[in-house]
Amino acid sequence: MEGRVLLQSEKRFGEVVDASTTGFSVQCYRLYDAPPVGSLVLCGEEGAVYGVVCQIENRSMDPARHPIPRGADEASEEAVYLSNPQLERLLCTELRCAVVGYREDGEIRRESSPLPPRIHSFVYLCDAPGLREFSGALDFLPTLIEARGVGVRDDVIAAFLRRASLAHEEPRQLLVDAGRELATLLGSDLPRLSGLLRRLAV
Amino acid sequence: MAGLDGTGSDGRAARLGMVVSGSLSDGVEVKLDPGASIEDVRVGRYVTVEGDRMRFFGVVTDVSLGSTDPSLRLNPPDVSDPYIADVVSGTTAFGIVDVEPLLTLAADPGEAIDGPQPAKTVPTHFSPVSLASDRDVEIIFGTEDEGRFFIGNPLDMETRLCLDMEGLVQRSAGVFGKTGTGKTFLTRLLLIGVLQRGAAVNLVFDMQNEYGWKGFSENSREVKGLKQLFPSKVAVFSLDESSSRRRGLRPDYVVRIGYQEIEPEDIHVLRDLWDLSDIAVEAAFSLERRFGARRWLGEFLSLGRAEVLELSDQIGVNQSTLSALYNRLGRLRRFGFMDEESAHDSVRQILDYLNRGIHVVLEFGRYGSDVAAYVLVANLLTRRIHERYAQMAEAALSDGAEKPRPLLITIEEAHKYLNKGVAGHTIFGAIAREMRKHNVTLMVVDQRPSGIDDEVMSQLGTKVTCLLDNERDIDAVLTGVSGSRKLRGVLARLESKQQALVFGHALPMPVVVRTREYGTAESYRELGWADGDELKAQLERDVEELFGPTPG
Repeated sequence: MEGRVLLQSEKRFGEVVDASTTGFSVQCYRLYDAPPVGSLVLCGEEGAVYGVVCQIENRSMDPARHPIPRGADEASEEAVYLSNPQLERLLCTELRCAVVGYREDGEIRRESSPLPPRIHSFVYLCDAPGLREFSGALDFLPTLIEARGVGVRDDVIAAFLRRASLAHEEPRQLLVDAGRELATLLGSDLPRLSGLLRRLAV
Repeated sequence: MAGLDGTGSDGRAARLGMVVSGSLSDGVEVKLDPGASIEDVRVGRYVTVEGDRMRFFGVVTDVSLGSTDPSLRLNPPDVSDPYIADVVSGTTAFGIVDVEPLLTLAADPGEAIDGPQPAKTVPTHFSPVSLASDRDVEIIFGTEDEGRFFIGNPLDMETRLCLDMEGLVQRSAGVFGKTGTGKTFLTRLLLIGVLQRGAAVNLVFDMQNEYGWKGFSENSREVKGLKQLFPSKVAVFSLDESSSRRRGLRPDYVVRIGYQEIEPEDIHVLRDLWDLSDIAVEAAFSLERRFGARRWLGEFLSLGRAEVLELSDQIGVNQSTLSALYNRLGRLRRFGFMDEESAHDSVRQILDYLNRGIHVVLEFGRYGSDVAAYVLVANLLTRRIHERYAQMAEAALSDGAEKPRPLLITIEEAHKYLNKGVAGHTIFGAIAREMRKHNVTLMVVDQRPSGIDDEVMSQLGTKVTCLLDNERDIDAVLTGVSGSRKLRGVLARLESKQQALVFGHALPMPVVVRTREYGTAESYRELGWADGDELKAQLERDVEELFGPTPG
């Protein structure tokens, strides 16, 4: 990965299975091992792409085989999985991410990437320093609020900003700055703006 | 608030907002930055705008509230949440400030070679706007120096705003304001400024005895007069010696005026005050022709009633008119400063002092309450002084003799005798119109400027205006001033104390000042007053310089 050394703490959790320049899907290595909605992830080695997790799905690996209930005689949910170890292979966790930036020549560009990440790119969860670095500027907000087509709802934006704020020394200041940026961007869409601000205020 | 009180490390005030629209005629519109609160920006504040190629110096003329979306008014955000309030204020809901660009400066504050020029264009879109720094104000108005006198601070600033005293006395000036708004304090300051900077020599017709010796502030605190602050440079003349002495002052000269000195022109000035008809005034001229120039008044008043009637037939004046004139002129007997017998040479005395550069304050004592006495004396003395000045000025023109020292005559309650009907006949009207050429100018102190003749008002170069709330007075003061529509708003919103709008010849642009402190020991010291011990020491030094060290 050019210009950037991965930190030990940045955890690899899956691979890209479907990608476009605005969004990509990731399948986790382990069932239920997805970072929550609003997390920042990084994928690919050359021309790494940043994404924000906007949707998570747990489903059967084979669309033709629908899961059936198995726990009628089990004491706990956990026991269902223990009695049926094959489930770990038949089920999968897949998440959908919106592209919010990429790295080029060591610089972060906070916009859709010119090329989609390759299939099977490794995907890492950004830790606090990575998150702080990415959210050091708020230029990604226009991309994010326009990414409704990729499945970015306003609560995703709010979740991401709240997570990002916690990575900073003054969380409230980041939220206020982001709020002001949003107010400028959504000046003509007050209902959406107030909805967003209410989510950020909590 | 970071944007407003704090100044940046380079001494400039921090940013306020940016220009978003506007025109030269209506001023530019500035959108406030989210960090700046509109409540801290007041009308009258100075701002600078960094244009592409020059800096603009302007004044805030209006403040308003704006929003990006009209529906914000119908569905206001939930500002009870501090976060939402923080975000929304300054972004979707923001402050708008109207700024009138007045002057342009060189882009680099260091090189103001040509000085400030009147603004003939507006800054480009999105030019940053900040509150004017002390340095900016100094570039515009200059710093306190040999010619400039500190009169107060601009609103919300600590900069010393200085007035060019020579500029002030080059043309006539006016000090206006409702009663109790600080006219007297301001006038006293201006007189001190003129005195200290040596711009002119003052002759003050002091109606209420406030300038020469002690005066009183609004809260009845005693304040020092000119004579107390500058004993060697000021002489107090008095019309009413007993009143002066009661107030602890020994006047330098007691002015008396002989009947012989009164001319029919002096009676003309009293026409309105004494309710005289034109014919009665004309009769005074007839009397002069009959009895002779210096004797007419004495002779006329020595007549009995029957003789007056007889006289009316002889000079062809209606009996009732002449007896009306007789009755009115009889009032002169009540003026204790009038002398039936002998002539006095008060004019020469005053001129003597003025020529030596000593400022003269003429106290009216108890006669100050009688406008007729005030006008009569002021007009009479000024006319003589004017004649002499005109002669001196003409002599200076013809044979290159030294021009007479500029003279600033201060008069009060001008609306009572500089009104439309009479102004043309008083010497003050003439001075306001053309005496500038003879180095004599007026300082008119008044509370009803609308009562003063338009022609006189239009000739006032510098106007200092405290609060006025009568529409006609405001009109009178602002007639012929560019941007008067905006100044109106400023003028009507002045505070009733210690604030004045100053504009005209002596300064490059209109300015609202918080008048300099006057009346505390500190303020006297700043004006160069030395108390008893210091004065004594100074005196000893002076004696030593003059006569050499005293033996032993």
